[in-house]
Amino acid sequence: MLEFITHILGKENGYSKTVAKERLQLVLIHDRASMSPAMIDSLRKELIEVISNYMEINETALEFNLCQDDKEVALVTNIPFLKMKRDYAAKR
Amino acid sequence: MGEVIVVTSGKGGVGKTTTSANIGTGLAAAGHSVVLVDTDIGLRNLDVLMGLENRIVYDLVDVTSGKCRLKQALIKDKRFSSLFLLSASQTKDKTDVTPEQMKLLAAELKETFDYVIIDCPAGIEQGFYNAIAGADWAIVVCTPEVSSIRDADRIISLLEAAGLRNPKLIINRLRPGMIKNGDMLNTSDILDILDVELIGAIPENESIIISTNQGEPAVMDKNSKAGEAYRYITRRIQGEVVPPMNLDEPHGIMVSLKRLVGIR
Repeated sequence: MLEFITHILGKENGYSKTVAKERLQLVLIHDRASMSPAMIDSLRKELIEVISNYMEINETALEFNLCQDDKEVALVTNIPFLKMKRDYAAKR
Repeated sequence: MGEVIVVTSGKGGVGKTTTSANIGTGLAAAGHSVVLVDTDIGLRNLDVLMGLENRIVYDLVDVTSGKCRLKQALIKDKRFSSLFLLSASQTKDKTDVTPEQMKLLAAELKETFDYVIIDCPAGIEQGFYNAIAGADWAIVVCTPEVSSIRDADRIISLLEAAGLRNPKLIINRLRPGMIKNGDMLNTSDILDILDVELIGAIPENESIIISTNQGEPAVMDKNSKAGEAYRYITRRIQGEVVPPMNLDEPHGIMVSLKRLVGIR
């Protein structure tokens, strides 16, 4: 009953912890990524290796970033490539 | 050979010193030989929490700089003959001790004590690196608040980078009422975020303020909920498998009467 009344009166209780958890999860992704640039480097190298099995990439034009908006953090990459490899099946 | 445990947090004021005093006292009460080391040089407080502030003659920097022997600086506790305090200096600062010196000191203390509890200062500067230098494992203390958890996460990353893997978490100052209302993160939310093992959860409790006023750690107070939580943690540190404590505040007329009479 009390909850119904406070809900009508527009009191915003009982939700803030969910907001806190979401905010924390987002901010920690960034904190952890900036804590270990080595990890991001390693990820980038391995990604280049795997993609290079299938296509020849233009490494200097490669974009590789963590992007964040209100809702989520995403790894966004742009991988320009020069040509598809013919023998990718052989490498598997 | 003893165990060296560092109690750290990153964020200040979350309960590191209180935790160090209480688990040290709890372990001594269980019959172990324990030394508490305050590494918060310049802002010492472990002496005050233990009620030993009047007994300090020599301190940590005196020992590491060779001004006195280790034994001269160890202050025996008022209540337990197997519990000792090595206090921090109040007039020096954290650059007056190095991690190498702390490593040697911890190794020496380990030989005579079952447990060496190192109270780490807040922050991630030299004070932190001094405190973790000789440790075998770490306890990270946090509260259920965004800033504290964020700092705890940073500290956990730094601990793992320094080789102190799998630190154990204590969540302090929980309020079961707010948790029930959805206004405070609960234990499993925090474990989801931090991804470490929990060693104890301590409720917000007035008995902590009273115990600090008197210089008598709450772990010895049978009526203190926080004290009970510290007793649980002490048992876990010794390797016992203990089910989680019920943190809910009891309700009812008996409780109200108890509160009236002063039983917390």
